[in-house]
Amino acid sequence: MSKDQSQLRQKEMIAKHFDRLAAAPDTGEKTAYTFVPGNLTELLLSFDLLPVLPEINSLQSAMRGKTAEYIAVAEKLGHSEDVCTYVKSDIGMMKSGNIGPTGQRLPEPDVLLLSYTGCFTFLKWFELLREEYHCPVAMLHVPYQPDGRITPSMRDYVVKQLKDEIIPTLERISGRAYDEDRLKAHLTLAAQAEDDLVWVLQSAKHRPSPIDAYFGAVYYVGPIFSAFRGTQAAVDYYRELRSEIEERIKAGEGPVTPDGDMERERFRVVVEGPPNWTSFRQFWKMFSDEGAVAVASTYTKVGGVYDTGFRHDPSRPLETLAEYCLGCYTNLGLPTRIKLLAQYIKDYEADGFLINSVKSCNSFSAGQLHIMREVERLSGRPGGFIESDLVDPRYFSAANIKNRLESYFQMLEQKRLPTGLESGGAA
Amino acid sequence: MKYTVGVDLGSTTTKAVVLNESAAVLGRGITNSRSNYEVACQVAMGEALINTRFSLLRGELKGAGLPDTELDRWVRELERLFRAEQYRSQLAVLTRELDRFAGRMLIGGGPLRAAVGRITSQMAAEVAELYAEGTRRKSDFFRDLAGGRYMKLAETESREHGVGYDQVVGLFDKSILDVENSAEAAGRFEDHMAAAVAATGAAGGVLGQAVSRIASLQLEQIGSVGTGYGRQRLPFPEGQIKSEILCHGLGAHAMFPRTRTVLDIGGQDTKAIQIDDQGIVTSFQMNDRCAAGCGRYLGYIADEMNLGLHELGPVACESSAPVRINSTCTVFAGAELRERLSLGEKREDILAGLHRAIILRAMSLIARSGGISNEFTFTGGVAKNPAAVRALRGLLAEHYGDLDINISDDSIYTGALGAALFALRDASRAGADASIH
Repeated sequence: MSKDQSQLRQKEMIAKHFDRLAAAPDTGEKTAYTFVPGNLTELLLSFDLLPVLPEINSLQSAMRGKTAEYIAVAEKLGHSEDVCTYVKSDIGMMKSGNIGPTGQRLPEPDVLLLSYTGCFTFLKWFELLREEYHCPVAMLHVPYQPDGRITPSMRDYVVKQLKDEIIPTLERISGRAYDEDRLKAHLTLAAQAEDDLVWVLQSAKHRPSPIDAYFGAVYYVGPIFSAFRGTQAAVDYYRELRSEIEERIKAGEGPVTPDGDMERERFRVVVEGPPNWTSFRQFWKMFSDEGAVAVASTYTKVGGVYDTGFRHDPSRPLETLAEYCLGCYTNLGLPTRIKLLAQYIKDYEADGFLINSVKSCNSFSAGQLHIMREVERLSGRPGGFIESDLVDPRYFSAANIKNRLESYFQMLEQKRLPTGLESGGAA
Repeated sequence: MKYTVGVDLGSTTTKAVVLNESAAVLGRGITNSRSNYEVACQVAMGEALINTRFSLLRGELKGAGLPDTELDRWVRELERLFRAEQYRSQLAVLTRELDRFAGRMLIGGGPLRAAVGRITSQMAAEVAELYAEGTRRKSDFFRDLAGGRYMKLAETESREHGVGYDQVVGLFDKSILDVENSAEAAGRFEDHMAAAVAATGAAGGVLGQAVSRIASLQLEQIGSVGTGYGRQRLPFPEGQIKSEILCHGLGAHAMFPRTRTVLDIGGQDTKAIQIDDQGIVTSFQMNDRCAAGCGRYLGYIADEMNLGLHELGPVACESSAPVRINSTCTVFAGAELRERLSLGEKREDILAGLHRAIILRAMSLIARSGGISNEFTFTGGVAKNPAAVRALRGLLAEHYGDLDINISDDSIYTGALGAALFALRDASRAGADASIH
């Protein structure tokens, strides 16, 4: 696969960040481990804390083929088969020397910033890390959005915690005083990058779509979901990415696939659920070989749902962080998720939608069959259901998944064709 | 005569269905898949074409004004003699292969050759009796039919001549693969037919003439579609490969046009399929990475109990108090079975419990696929099992109330029928395109 300039830039950004992390024990820079949904990167950066994202490390380990070994280590320590495989991979990595995705050792956390946005496993995960590293946990409790709206009291509750709990803890750990002007400057940069990211994701409304908004887009959301939201580097990355996509649209090109540019867009689908990371390319190829393009996905919204209008607002720094956390995809109730998926199908003119259900990921998978039925009802488009895992290679059954995907795409194909046959005469 | 064919290459058996241009089924063929997918496909297609010629013959004779009862009697007779010829030709190849493998043995080759020689001579002498009028044969597969008899005779050989039973059986296991993979063993339609007609003594008359017309009729394939687990390995171009989920949906629709929900339990997967009024799939669910509770599970249980797969259901049906069994894990099935037996449970009660367990698992897939819309059609090899059907009827009534439940005697051919219908659709579409241009 040929790499675009933006991809090389992203690679460099990541390399630099991991160099800094590897050097942290010597330079004295402090690190905060935190999660993608509800991450408070701008706030961490304003305290000069370096973010480490265990989920991203797990998926990177999977793509590097390390998770079978890491998961075995965790299972040996007593973690059952049903535990989230991100957690087991992370624990296994930690117990195997904490070597990160770039092959460098990761520093131990100075603080665990636990922003709880809908995934219960996060609590347990950081309890385990706390036992291991004996470091403080700063817990931000984000109330669940049961009926699709953020009330003032919900926001105030989060802001109060930021003021009373999170900021004082970060001040203590970093040794720096809270600097609202610095935070505002980061939030300004965040909003700029968010504008361009949304433009990129919405470019999939074109025919053919210039991007794959699931497989391709996991690369696009990389910087904004990890350590770079609120940095100039992220702003530059998204500006560059946007201009590359603009070029693709001008040239009438489809998305990049594992085999190069897609020649013919046959199916446009919306995808719900996280991808499988251990067989990522193989999984992607099962779509691209059939000419199927993901035109929208919910997974690319776990670190923030920006395409429905939210932007970080530097004029209300703590309120905006609260609203960001409250609005993360994992924090949304089923009715909101259903509405969002149906809206995507309409806005992106999708032929149907697919759910990749991951048994070990409760926060995503609970209720997915209900989601499927309801989205089918609302959109009138057929849903397909496949099952795999995040990072446990044992749970990716290629033949089974391929069978289901092929059946699904052939079903979409058949729906387009005239029947051309009276059926009464057979048998 | 133009025809389309659908081939369903399953994990256990390979099925073929031949359709004429008005979508009527002319012939069906089935064989074991286990030896070689490509050969299995050829054998099944060959069988389906043989049956096609028999259907055509029936039509031809009907056209000649032969009364139905006489026609039926005569064609049945002809078919029986034809099958006997086919069996002889397969047995000839088996005999040769057994001798060849026995001759290669470094130790004890002589006595072994003599033993398999005696066995096969005996089997050859029994062909007429095996295919005599009114005889019930326990299977249509040469492997099962010849194998059953061979094992019995091997026991006698071992008892009376002191040759190793396992060695004699081992030779069969090797040789049978060559029989199944050999076009020579299957023989030529014309040759078998000529011999069969000669045996009826009707070679010169109206009947003989009709047979030779049908035997020399050119059959022109205008379309083919492959489906099933082995579909990627079928010798068909990519565009002619279809998912078995779609094929089962369309096949069920063709058999029972009011079908809206299909349950298919095959060798290694179970599918619950919802279809529309055209037979096109609207939604489906299938078992994921674990094949627990599929047909293979029953195969394994049958092996454990030393029963034929087809005997399992009838034994289970004798139960009046099924044992409650929750696990449908194929790997643990043997252990569960032995434990229950050691607890003194009756064999039929355990089997009834096992059948209920696999249907319970299928019920969960049905629920996940969106429940049931009337009518409901059960397909796949397991639909032939009376105990599975009984358990299904009970659970359906309990959960969904009164339903129209369709099970065809030919349910095992549902996927192949759907594939043949897709082939016909493609052919008609291509024909329509050609006439426009």
